[in-house]
Amino acid sequence: MLKSKHLLGIKELTPEEIYHILDTASGFKDVLMRDIKKVPPLRGKTVVSLFFEPSTRTRTSFALAAKRLSADDVNFSVSSSSVVKGESILDTALTIQSLGADLMIIRHSSSGVPHYLSRSLNISVVNAGDGSNEHPTQALLDLFTIRSHKKDIKGLEVAIIGDIAHSRVAKSNIYGLTKLGARVRVICPPTLMPAGLEKLGADVFHNIDEGIKGADVVMALRIQLERQSKGFLPSLKEYFNLYGLTGERMKLAKKDAIVMHPGPMNRGVEIASDVADGPQSVILEQVTNGIAVRMAVLYLLSGVKQ
Amino acid sequence: MSIEILNSKEIENAITRITHEIIEKNGGTKALCLIGIQRGGVLLAERISRAGSIDEIGSLDISLYRDDINIKNEQPVVRATDIKFSLNGKTVVLVDDVLFTGRSIRAAMDALIDFGRPAKIQLAVLIDRGHRELPIRADYVGKNIPTTFNDTVEVRLHGHGSKDNDSVILIRGNSK
Repeated sequence: MLKSKHLLGIKELTPEEIYHILDTASGFKDVLMRDIKKVPPLRGKTVVSLFFEPSTRTRTSFALAAKRLSADDVNFSVSSSSVVKGESILDTALTIQSLGADLMIIRHSSSGVPHYLSRSLNISVVNAGDGSNEHPTQALLDLFTIRSHKKDIKGLEVAIIGDIAHSRVAKSNIYGLTKLGARVRVICPPTLMPAGLEKLGADVFHNIDEGIKGADVVMALRIQLERQSKGFLPSLKEYFNLYGLTGERMKLAKKDAIVMHPGPMNRGVEIASDVADGPQSVILEQVTNGIAVRMAVLYLLSGVKQ
Repeated sequence: MSIEILNSKEIENAITRITHEIIEKNGGTKALCLIGIQRGGVLLAERISRAGSIDEIGSLDISLYRDDINIKNEQPVVRATDIKFSLNGKTVVLVDDVLFTGRSIRAAMDALIDFGRPAKIQLAVLIDRGHRELPIRADYVGKNIPTTFNDTVEVRLHGHGSKDNDSVILIRGNSK
């Protein structure tokens, strides 16, 4: 049902393909609830993860997903590899392919690296985050989580708050949500708003109270502390005062609204602790769902022959 | 060319007989449960459950355990498995509509073992059409029918309300 053997971005997927991945993921969610959380469909397959950027949760989530499917999972550690000796990315990727990998999971700080590699490799390439472009499996797990609480994604009002300019999570979510018929409101300081955002089909707000009003889903994004030296924000304290997700502000959203965060969280910067730990929060569910969704992606991609 | 092999009355009789045999062979319904294989076995398991008051019933998706998963061009659709009780020490009656090569049953047994350790696994099918490729046989059979390998057997079961439309159809394939 998937047309491509690579998962490069949500941009490339049709609504039908997205639904097919989400439906498959619910089967795998059941598997994760069992005593024996392992099924055999990827027996004999090898999944290699190649991460050029630090990551704990995504890498662990993919590794667990591969293991739950009975695949062999190998972590190619960049800092101790020949990359530091000057090997090009393509040569590294071709080497991994020749080592016998069937699927490659890649994260890189430059946008488009997975796309570039996919053109030269015969094995499946899964984008686990490329620069500020896309993070497709995060958006898929967010869609899965929303769907498990809200039945239908069509017609929902989804507010995304934070550093949109640097956020691949925001971009993938905007693609996914709009493809499935939700309305996306983006809430951010003008300095963290990328050019051409409206073209993606999102409404832009610079006032959080206006943006949150009547929302079904409120998603706070991480303020990337490592980018603070560039002067996008006067101070983290001021950001919290103007854009922090507080209990008071959540009252403006729909009563049954859910609170999401892709992690890792900076408590007291983009989200208040009482909201992160409150009854509307589905943040930890997102983590569990991430494994089911990644199992679905690996399972479906390994079936595409072309 | 297609022929009706069983009509709704005959299907009803076959289900009743299978149910009685299950209860007789196991000396009652104690520690007995029914697991229907997705999708053809699920409705049949429900019918046996109702006929014999066998209350523990579940459904099993075997797509992840199939042996042709690396051969087929597309991954099979993953469906829900619904087993809400422990299988440990139980007598599990696997239920499927048609027994053919036996490969689904092999997959189903592997899937079941991942849920626990049943005391026994038995197999009930409405139709046994032959052509086994594995050493597997059914404990309870509604009807044995001779077929060629390329024939198709369609079991059309309906919900409780419209049983009268039930039928089993044999569609002749190109014989080589």
